[in-house]
Amino acid sequence: MKPVLLIDFGSTYTKLTAVDVEAESILGTAAAYTTVETDVGEGLNHALAQLEAQTGKLDFGQCYACSSAAGGLRMVASGLVPELTSEAAKLASLGAGAKIVGLYSFQLTQDDLEDIQAAKPDIFLLVGGTDGGNSECILHNAAMLATLEPDFPVVIAGNRTAARQCQRILEKFETYVCPNVMPKFGVLNIEPTQKQIREIFLNRIIQAKGLSKAAELLSDILMPTPSAVLMAMELLAQGCEGECGIGDLVAVDVGGATTDVYSMADGMPEAMNTVYKGLPEPYSKRTVEGDIGMRYSVHGIVEAAGLNRVSQLAQLPPRRVQELVDDLRRHTDSLPDGNPELEALDHALASLAIEVAVSRHAGTMEETYTMMGQTFVQTGKDLTRVKQIVVTGGSLIHTKDTAAIARHALWSSAQPMSLRPKTAGIWVDRRYILAAMGLLSAHYPQTALRIMKKELEQHGYSE
Amino acid sequence: MEAKKKKVLVIGVIGADVHAVGNKILYHAFTEAGFDVVNLGVMVSQEEYIAAAIESNADAIVVSSLYGQGELDCRGMRDKCDEAGLKGIPLVVGGNIVIGKQSFADVEKRFKAMGFDRAFPPGTTPETTIAALRELLHMDGEPV
Repeated sequence: MKPVLLIDFGSTYTKLTAVDVEAESILGTAAAYTTVETDVGEGLNHALAQLEAQTGKLDFGQCYACSSAAGGLRMVASGLVPELTSEAAKLASLGAGAKIVGLYSFQLTQDDLEDIQAAKPDIFLLVGGTDGGNSECILHNAAMLATLEPDFPVVIAGNRTAARQCQRILEKFETYVCPNVMPKFGVLNIEPTQKQIREIFLNRIIQAKGLSKAAELLSDILMPTPSAVLMAMELLAQGCEGECGIGDLVAVDVGGATTDVYSMADGMPEAMNTVYKGLPEPYSKRTVEGDIGMRYSVHGIVEAAGLNRVSQLAQLPPRRVQELVDDLRRHTDSLPDGNPELEALDHALASLAIEVAVSRHAGTMEETYTMMGQTFVQTGKDLTRVKQIVVTGGSLIHTKDTAAIARHALWSSAQPMSLRPKTAGIWVDRRYILAAMGLLSAHYPQTALRIMKKELEQHGYSE
Repeated sequence: MEAKKKKVLVIGVIGADVHAVGNKILYHAFTEAGFDVVNLGVMVSQEEYIAAAIESNADAIVVSSLYGQGELDCRGMRDKCDEAGLKGIPLVVGGNIVIGKQSFADVEKRFKAMGFDRAFPPGTTPETTIAALRELLHMDGEPV
């Protein structure tokens, strides 16, 4: 036996997964409250005691961790045009596992600065202009930032002509220069910036987040949790040497406060009569819906989908739905526990959370008529050909009819222009192992992939 | 000595127009003539030209239209440029920009009234447009 310990310091729970990399199996999982205010080691020890009660004493060869404790990795980004460099900055930050607490376009104002100071970001991402393009905006924004207290590092990834000058303007700050996130019009280059963001997280943020004591126990990497999930999804889709992946996929993590969607697919137009518009999106894309969640953001689901839809799906009168939803928001720790009304409501809420979040993540198609006949204009990723959907998140793990809930990620005739998968196999992450497998994949990709294929429950095909 | 920065052009075919061949020819001709070309392809909206011109700090926008609806598609573009902070950016248009047999002098007058600096009739060679751009961008002294 060769046990490896994988830790996820969550905002509420510290979750452990013990894996035997020789037998390629999970030895056990456990969770305890995160104790980031005092010493994260306490919560970790509680969880460890729980784990070892199941498995017996384990001698861990290695120990890897990810964290979203203390608010996760909080970033503010500024770009020039909203749908171009600001969008590129957003894609870069989300893909690095960050939570965006502020996104700005054009020149920063005094009001923006006050908001940024109040948001207390962990990292600021400063971009704008293509290489050799506009430099006025990024220089102005650097000068504005320079008037703030240098409490956060700044990653500069805009017009390369202006990069050094930005660095000089921000000399009080810790700065990092990366290649432009949009070096040419319509070309995205976000990986170097993402790598830099993860490095800063590792070197700087873990101290600020009270994780340094735990860091001593760790053998290696510590990354933001969403970044670990993203790695797991890339591996599951693409495979590695000696083990094939399951192909293009969409993954949805429905949480209490937010819903994260990941897609591993190229998503470019296939038909000749389709024109692509807007910034091309990365193969591995993550979006976060801050207003869609099962408890803290439960009102967001009702707002986005409409009270009538919720009521119809849950088969409860609208007034009753409103009462129950208000109650869920007040008591965020409530579980259905066999109550048929709450079970029906949770089922409806989870279905709609998935529907809304995946619709926002997927691209859209617009039909137009030209002199050359019918033409389609595609914006964003075309996921209609994706054949696999992975679902995770507490609300889904505990539900019975997970496949029916997950089906809401699929294309529907009610929204024919939303490019969601047409038919797909559903995989359910019952034991919440995705982040752990992402961590494991850095050193044992084959093992992590085989465990995922074994552990994820397949729920047949849905159309 | 550092190489002199190339002039940046944003080009594309405006509106619900999918004529891609002329667009590709212009892209190659302008690039060959020493411009830095941001090519938006076909079915380009006014907003897309403007967004691309802002990010790339473009020196001019060259609009093509082949399907006869150019006059409708181009309306208000100068105002939008002004609004977006691209005050005075040269706007050039060419192709089959109107329907039917009309005197091009009239057509040109109408496009100039809409704020376009130059308008070119069907059958204009890339060389003519390049010469006009060099004049508009004050590149007369520079080698071709």
